[in-house]
Amino acid sequence: MGVLADDDTTPAPAAAAPVESPWRRFASEFAESRLALLGLAMLVAIIALALAAPWVSPQNPYDLAQLDVMDSKLAPGERSSTTGKPYWLGTDDQGRDMLSGIFYGIRISLFVGVTSTVIALAIGLAMGLAAAYFGGKVDAVIMRIADIQLSFPSILIALVLLAMLGQGVGKIIVALVTVQWAYYARTVRSSAMVERQKEYIEAAQVLALSRPRIVFRHLLPNCLPPLIVVATVQVAHAIQLEAALSFLGLGLPITEPSIGLLISNGFQYLLSGKYWISFYPGLALLATIVAINLVADQLRDILNPRLKK
Amino acid sequence: MLAFTIRRFGQSLFVLVVMSFLVFIGVYAIGNPIELLVNPQADEIERARATAALGLDKPILEQYGTFLARGAQGDLGRSFVFNVPAIQLILDRLPATLELALAAMVIAIALGIPLGLLAGLRPHSFAGRAIMAGSILGFSLPTFWVGLVLIMFFSVHLGWLPPNGRGETVALFGVQVSFLTWDGLKHLAMPALNLALFKLSLLIRLTRASTREAVLQDYVKYARAKGLGPRRVIGVHVLKNILIPIVTVIGLELGSVIAFAIITESIFAWPGTGKLLIDSINQLDRPVIVAYLLVIVTIFIAINFVVDVLYSVLDPRVRLGAAAAH
Amino acid sequence: MMRMLQLAAALLVVALAPAAHAQKEREVSIGLQAAITSIDPHYHNLSPNNSLLLHVFEPLVKRDANQKMVPGLAVSWKALDDLTWEFKLRKGVKFHDGTPFTADDVVATYKRAPNVPNSPSSFATFTKPIVDTKVVDPYTIVFKTSGPHVLLPSDLGSVYILPKAVAEKATTEDFNSGKAAIGTGPYKFVEYVPNQRVVLKANYGYWGGEEPWDKVTFKILTNSAARVAALLSGDVQMIETVPTSDIAQLSSDKKFALADKVSNRVIYVHLNQWNDKTVPFVTAKDGKPLDKNPFKDARVRKALSMAINRDAIAERVMEKKAVPAAQLLPDFFYGTSKKLKPPKYDPEGAKKLLAEAGYPNGFTLTIHGPNNRYINDDKVAQAIAQFYSRAGLEAKVETMPSNVYFTRATKGEFGYMVLGWGTESGEQGSSLRSLLATHDPAKGMGVTNRGRYSNPAFDKEVADALVTMDDKKREAMIQHAAETVMNDTGLIPIHYEVSTWATARGLKYTPRTDQYTLATELKPAGK
Repeated sequence: MGVLADDDTTPAPAAAAPVESPWRRFASEFAESRLALLGLAMLVAIIALALAAPWVSPQNPYDLAQLDVMDSKLAPGERSSTTGKPYWLGTDDQGRDMLSGIFYGIRISLFVGVTSTVIALAIGLAMGLAAAYFGGKVDAVIMRIADIQLSFPSILIALVLLAMLGQGVGKIIVALVTVQWAYYARTVRSSAMVERQKEYIEAAQVLALSRPRIVFRHLLPNCLPPLIVVATVQVAHAIQLEAALSFLGLGLPITEPSIGLLISNGFQYLLSGKYWISFYPGLALLATIVAINLVADQLRDILNPRLKK
Repeated sequence: MLAFTIRRFGQSLFVLVVMSFLVFIGVYAIGNPIELLVNPQADEIERARATAALGLDKPILEQYGTFLARGAQGDLGRSFVFNVPAIQLILDRLPATLELALAAMVIAIALGIPLGLLAGLRPHSFAGRAIMAGSILGFSLPTFWVGLVLIMFFSVHLGWLPPNGRGETVALFGVQVSFLTWDGLKHLAMPALNLALFKLSLLIRLTRASTREAVLQDYVKYARAKGLGPRRVIGVHVLKNILIPIVTVIGLELGSVIAFAIITESIFAWPGTGKLLIDSINQLDRPVIVAYLLVIVTIFIAINFVVDVLYSVLDPRVRLGAAAAH
Repeated sequence: MMRMLQLAAALLVVALAPAAHAQKEREVSIGLQAAITSIDPHYHNLSPNNSLLLHVFEPLVKRDANQKMVPGLAVSWKALDDLTWEFKLRKGVKFHDGTPFTADDVVATYKRAPNVPNSPSSFATFTKPIVDTKVVDPYTIVFKTSGPHVLLPSDLGSVYILPKAVAEKATTEDFNSGKAAIGTGPYKFVEYVPNQRVVLKANYGYWGGEEPWDKVTFKILTNSAARVAALLSGDVQMIETVPTSDIAQLSSDKKFALADKVSNRVIYVHLNQWNDKTVPFVTAKDGKPLDKNPFKDARVRKALSMAINRDAIAERVMEKKAVPAAQLLPDFFYGTSKKLKPPKYDPEGAKKLLAEAGYPNGFTLTIHGPNNRYINDDKVAQAIAQFYSRAGLEAKVETMPSNVYFTRATKGEFGYMVLGWGTESGEQGSSLRSLLATHDPAKGMGVTNRGRYSNPAFDKEVADALVTMDDKKREAMIQHAAETVMNDTGLIPIHYEVSTWATARGLKYTPRTDQYTLATELKPAGK
């Protein structure tokens, strides 16, 4: 998709009729799918809730002084034995209000997912571009390392790494980044390799534009579309991986649970009727991931050149 | 071709050695297995004896050296917990995991490709949209959650299927398999379905995407123009062309399915290698952890290799490209 | 088309419908929580192993449901003097291969038990005190010990007897394959699939009489949800270690029966007293280090004990499956003092004591604990943190898998450690010594004293008690030692775990304090 690059090397048309800007067109294509719009709306709502958590939550579930174990395992709607306030979605086994737990949990899960994806993206991007542009030995070394890493299943690497590193938000982000960067590097490199052969790059080189300029202003923007799609999906993936690791007993500390940890804590109560401890966080996780995937799906459809006929 | 193979082999060996070293040091960093194995009421002399018996009193690098030396001869050490050769523990349980993984892949392929095809050919129909929505759900639900819901429904509520374990096995070419017995199939159904769900959704989406692209290609237009019936157009031309990338993905995903079986094995108490790994990590049974990772990575490398070769054989562009480059 | 589908559906239902697990009348399946690591009874001193192998093998001395000693392969024993014990063996007992049981088998067994290769936790501790063995006649055996060893009968209760021929030649693999799995027990070995199941069949010639089961299958189901599901679906007829979250539902379900009993396992807290000045993870509320180690002050320890609401923990966190603790064993065990009662929950009193000790504003501490070892261990740690925040302290919680936790706790890396201890000997003296005597591994004192509590007066009381051969005198001494150390809050006992077994209705399980799950205690109800 050389649309953006074309704008650069061809003279701008005389400003007669207003041309729809690429962003406008992008937005209208996106809006073609109702489902995707729904997904986007859900996502925006979820992110807003996550950001506003400290202000909208009835309780701070991470503050042990606010929890009361005598209020544990109350059903949705029951009231606290000490304050008399109702717990809208019930409480878990530590007396944590589920609603607050979900808000804060989404906050942490999103934070972990987005941060690890962004960092992995940055690293992968740098590596992939370097490999594609410099080629030769640099390419070989970087790709070997990436290949070796991709030949391990992500869950295993994360498992062993976390077993070694211990618990904590930082550590889980490290594990997730380690697991993801190679995928981006590979994707970027393939894209860049293809783009590199294209004429507009040759043209730029002939024009003796400096290397960084070629890489950043020309190569990079055209590698971005597939990357954006991958990144969006990977956020969902990272969140799911974190939930699975929490289920296996590794990852975030128990006093600051993410959605994954809330679900795995409530797991043991599913068979005994106290479904809400696992069910509502499960719904929240499902909603988040579905929203992300819906948006990513539409992005992929729009950005896929082979569907443009 | 030969040079390629040898180079790959050398690289793989390098990977295995580096990985074994990292894991060795890693497990050492996690904790001391003696703390977990020795009875807490034991005295100091007993602890010292146990430490020496397991070779843990030597410096870590020396332990690694011993491991490498023995490993070259095929001896990957004995499990600290069970006192049987680690490799034997793993090979005993590998058939169970492979059986589960393959069953899951079969389900995913048998359902995924037809459904994806349908969704790709009629993307805006009700069926098409329903399939896509379903695939997003299947993609997003946490495996462990689905597993428990399956057990709740089919075992506890309906009583149709057993909630855990593997069924009766019979020997097939010397390997114990359970899918040839009715009891075995009953035990295999839920875990395989649970494991397949994610891959199934993936395949549906992939097939749909490829189909949508393929349908727009010129060769399809020509085939239609030639007057070929839709069945032949789809069944022969479209299918053949989308299969190439799908097959490569399937091959690569097989390895991932084996790894993700860990969660399914945990919930359904399926006696495979994934569960063995979790238990070994919990008990710091280092020989088993290292042996497991070596075996899994070898399988991965083998699969990747086969896929690469297959790809170059199947895709004429790659073959021609290689030829042109000479 | 619809017809076809209907037919197919009907066939499917018929085919999948529970093929009424045609259990022969006397077959039973039991779901276990922890995996057995070997069939070799001398390979690994691990509770699950000892429990299961008790079906196939037997020791000289057995223990009843309250861990009191009863005759096993020995019908009586007595101390002839401080260093000599005489055991009279049971006549007319045959091993599973038909050979008769005599004193020679005992001698050969005790030679083998401490010497099994590659054992991660051997039985040497039990046979070590014996320096000389004399076979007086085929049914009388006399042991000489290196020093007065009051616990010899109890220790020998952990070593299972093998036939001489087996003891002399068998390897661990021979047991796992069944070749050497020959004992005198009520069941014979049939099959062992590691991490999956163990199958046993009745020993019809057993000296102890007929057993209610022809065939017993033990299934290893470590995942609690899977274990409960197995019971609910009829796949097994009894499970051990019922998760507390499922107890309410199972007890109200007519299809199942629950049996529980307080166990010998106490959950307690060790406070780091390694150093006078510093202690890990404890600081003033503003983050600055304190000028001395607060845990060395008995008033601080007592305050920390008073600030824990044990009743709330037992009630809400443990779902009533815990008994608040005042010492290391429930008070019907030998050596426990009836004078010790669990401290009353008193956060105000705790605050006052802390102020008296020089901490009017409290301090910050981190509670460390395992998350996969004891029942609800991580939840207990979190609940304690909640209570401390009401007593003016700031408590953080960090739990981790036991593979990491125990290593670091043993090295003294934590300040406040939640731990558990199961007393296998059935008497409090040896536990007091292991957990609270001044740490001196060479002398066998305070081996698991991770807090490094040290009280010389107490040390002397315990040491003297454990060489007093007179049972009554010894009991009084141990009780006194317990009172001394608990009044000084050497450690903070929290509760005793209550073990729960769930059976299908129609079966009755007689529960035990040692948490063993024995098919011999599972009988059809009403028999």
